[in-house]
Amino acid sequence: MASIALENLAHSYLPNPGGNNDFALKEVNHIWEDGRAYALLGPSGCGKTTLLNVISGLLTPTSGRILFGDKDVTASSTAERNIAQVFQFPVVYDTMTVGKNLAFPLRNRGMEAGYVSERVQRIAQMIGLEADLHKKARGLTSDLKQKISLGRGMVRDDVNAILFDEPLTVIDPHLKWELRTQLKSLHREFGHTMIYVTHDQTEALTFAEKVVVMHEGRVVQIGTPKELFETPAHVFVGYFIGSPGMNFIPVSVTGNKAHINGNTIHLHHDYGNPQGDILLGIRPEFVRLSKSDGLPVQINRIQDVGRHKFINATLFDTEINISADEGFEIESDMVKITFDPANMGIFCDDWRLNGKAIDHGNGGTV
Amino acid sequence: MEKTVNQRAWLLVLPVLVLVAFSSIIPMMTVVNYSFQDSFGENIFFWVGLEWYQELLRSERLWDALGRQLLFSFIILMIEIPLGILVALSMPKKGLSASVCLVLMSLPLLIPYNVVGTIWQVFGRADIGLLGRTLSDLGISYNYSQNAFDAWVTVIIMDVWHWTSLVALLAYAGLSSIPKAYYQAAMIDQASRWNVFRYIELPKMRGVLMIAILLRFMDSFMIYTEPFVLTGGGPGNATTFLSIDLVKMALGQFDLGPAAAFSLMYFLVILLISYVFYTVMITIDKDEAKQ
Amino acid sequence: MSLRLHGVSKISSGETHIYPTDLELQKGTMNVLLGPTSSGKTSLMRLMAGLDKPDTGKVFWESEDVTKKRVQDRDIAMVYQQFVNYPSMTVYDNIASPLKLQKKSAAEIDAKVQEMAELLKLTSILDSKPNEISGGQQQRCAMARALAKDVGLVLMDEPLANLDYKLREELRLEIPRLFEASGSIFVYATTEPEEALLLGGNTATLWNGRVTQYGKAMDVYRNPVDETTARVYSDPPMNFVSVRKDGAVVHFPNGQSTKLNDDLARLPNGEYRAGFRAHHLEMSDGQSGAIEFTAKLIVTELTGSDTYIHVNAMDERWIGLIPGLQTVEVGQVLKISLNPKNIFFFDKDEQLVASPNHEPEKSGV
Repeated sequence: MASIALENLAHSYLPNPGGNNDFALKEVNHIWEDGRAYALLGPSGCGKTTLLNVISGLLTPTSGRILFGDKDVTASSTAERNIAQVFQFPVVYDTMTVGKNLAFPLRNRGMEAGYVSERVQRIAQMIGLEADLHKKARGLTSDLKQKISLGRGMVRDDVNAILFDEPLTVIDPHLKWELRTQLKSLHREFGHTMIYVTHDQTEALTFAEKVVVMHEGRVVQIGTPKELFETPAHVFVGYFIGSPGMNFIPVSVTGNKAHINGNTIHLHHDYGNPQGDILLGIRPEFVRLSKSDGLPVQINRIQDVGRHKFINATLFDTEINISADEGFEIESDMVKITFDPANMGIFCDDWRLNGKAIDHGNGGTV
Repeated sequence: MEKTVNQRAWLLVLPVLVLVAFSSIIPMMTVVNYSFQDSFGENIFFWVGLEWYQELLRSERLWDALGRQLLFSFIILMIEIPLGILVALSMPKKGLSASVCLVLMSLPLLIPYNVVGTIWQVFGRADIGLLGRTLSDLGISYNYSQNAFDAWVTVIIMDVWHWTSLVALLAYAGLSSIPKAYYQAAMIDQASRWNVFRYIELPKMRGVLMIAILLRFMDSFMIYTEPFVLTGGGPGNATTFLSIDLVKMALGQFDLGPAAAFSLMYFLVILLISYVFYTVMITIDKDEAKQ
Repeated sequence: MSLRLHGVSKISSGETHIYPTDLELQKGTMNVLLGPTSSGKTSLMRLMAGLDKPDTGKVFWESEDVTKKRVQDRDIAMVYQQFVNYPSMTVYDNIASPLKLQKKSAAEIDAKVQEMAELLKLTSILDSKPNEISGGQQQRCAMARALAKDVGLVLMDEPLANLDYKLREELRLEIPRLFEASGSIFVYATTEPEEALLLGGNTATLWNGRVTQYGKAMDVYRNPVDETTARVYSDPPMNFVSVRKDGAVVHFPNGQSTKLNDDLARLPNGEYRAGFRAHHLEMSDGQSGAIEFTAKLIVTELTGSDTYIHVNAMDERWIGLIPGLQTVEVGQVLKISLNPKNIFFFDKDEQLVASPNHEPEKSGV
């Protein structure tokens, strides 16, 4: 096993890419640390699958290098990279038994029979397929087939990383969390480097220690689930993580004060005097309705979903969402809102600004 | 229970029944009728019962023809199926060259049967045919109209030339339905080219290959026009397949009774073999899915 | 206008897809069919639409028996999980196609198409072909086509299931608007309780081919008639534990007990199944009156803003939904708490006998 480093990596599907927009994957520098679990999160078309295919060697990048440990593998074939991949749709060898499927990568590498069967037993036990070893792979359900694909990757003890390309797409909803859970415990026990591509925030946040959020071919933030939720580095992260996403309100900022329509909001940090498109970001969870304090709003709609009430309101021409607890009583004279000061962020031209008082470490790469 | 039973549904099926009656059942009954009678022309018929059938079963001529027929079908399947797969595997996967290739492959399929026979008849002639002349100039004795072995080789090559395209096209369709992920997974597993074929391509092509085998079997079992044009069943009876024999009997000798019995048995044999073949296919399919 | 199913059932190749069902849907109502995959939502919809003929029973539209009426002759529209559009037509022509079939004038068609496009935010892409637009836009286009013909019955079979969750969020907010604008009977199938609540109106919960309950969304959510309905109308499914009630005290299998309020204390003594929803399980050590349990943490799952905890407690597997992103180590023993005021009681026949009291709704802001 080894760490995987991406150096100035970029990829375009065009033969002669010109501007930045020709690149499906814009320049990225990142080191995937050995033995960690990562998720690549973003909507369809954001470049996450391109990045995954570059790492697995199915695509040769237009520019930049990939290093496994300190070995440059940019030009190496998929087989030489010793990676494993689980695809969106289960890929199993239909005519083989489960056991033969698991043994296949080892046999192809000319391992001796004793080692192969011992290894297959062990992996089957790990992924809970022991009882099915002699069954033909063809008749199995898709969740078992996905386990076989995973097992074929794990069976090699020298595998550098296991890549997952939206592996739960065809799995029944009620089995999804079960597989996710198993995957997580496998990672904990065996410490493979895992990279998991998905467009589903729950899958990404649940699975990964660090989530790489991609947007329009660019990595916009790499952080823990908590960081993505609390201190999104880019408005896209704020919008994409959380349901509903973060509210963004146009303001102007001087020092630790934000101004909107003649009202002043006190901030926890000093932002100097930023120029550009300034937005105040606040999550629906941190907006409170009240009778007397704060900024005036007009309430458009209240939706009770049992455990929450979602309130849609207009604040000086900006639509915002508010999330209130089940027990919260909404009264007709609640026409003001306040923001939880600890959870406000200031964004300039889409990127989060670092306030002066406390440095969050990951935010604000302007 | 207020179960609705719609009697009008039968009316909808009626036109089909009428059509089938006229196109197959009535002509077939005529044949059945002939097969139990003897005729001396002038529409005079005698009831002979199962006599024609018994005679046929005892006739060496029929058994020989059947043997030749089975051997022929077996040989062309053994050649056309692997060859078709090989051609399909080496065809380009996409782009203009793929389309061009598909068109070229379809060409032999568009040529009428008797033209195929004629082409090869001319092509193989030792005096003026390109193939025949070249071979004899090379000092290889080759004459399909006199040598039984040469006749067989020519008939087989002709059939292979005519029909391998069909197998190749079917196999190609099967191949193009395989998702890319399978090849990627195989690369990651370091599977050899042979293993990719054995464990991915062949299993995925199985369905269409079964259809190809069935089609080619039935078709070759009924082959008539091409060998008839090429060799007329000769030399001797060397290439007299079942259908050629049948026509000889019915038209050449005007033995309507035996010919009718013959064609019914011929029909039953094809039905039986196809049925067995189909059932075996389905059973294997089910068993595999169950295991 | 109303759609009435009378003893309608469907059996296909020996399997019962829908058991005899009675259901009456009124004009201008939103009706959500809520149930897990293959619980019979689609089968029931197909019977309503006339795509399948029931094996027993009758379907009435107003007072007319339409059981044998062809789909083409009925006044319905349907939106599917897959985005069904004519690939060779522009968005405009797609929306216009049902109107052309109705032989409307060009001016009428144009007015209607523009109106639908406005409503579904398709105005800027009216000239695009379906394969040039995003999945969300394709589904909007399919909806616009379905709604353009102003039919009495609109059926939507999990229309958002194939969309990214962000697009789903967006469209979910629009469907009630569409519904209000149309005045038709809407029938909407979904597997997600939250979606059913968001859409409001009425909910019919389905389980294994039976409608277990039909009523106002919030009523069904708060007073599910039996354990099955409660499970279907909770995401994650409701947690259960067997308890013994004795006077005003309820005993849990591990020996713990807690006092009940007066309403519940009136229930006859005996064995019950106690059920509670995931978000009522808390990780804080409870307000006054909450019961505290120890539980072993099996799994955690993080959504954008919440944490699911799967725990083992009293030999039962429970799932809790905790606000915020919690970083707790799997395998550790947690203290979790539950307020007894949030417990549903079911009898041994799984029927609801008591549900938590809720303040009357005050959402008329």
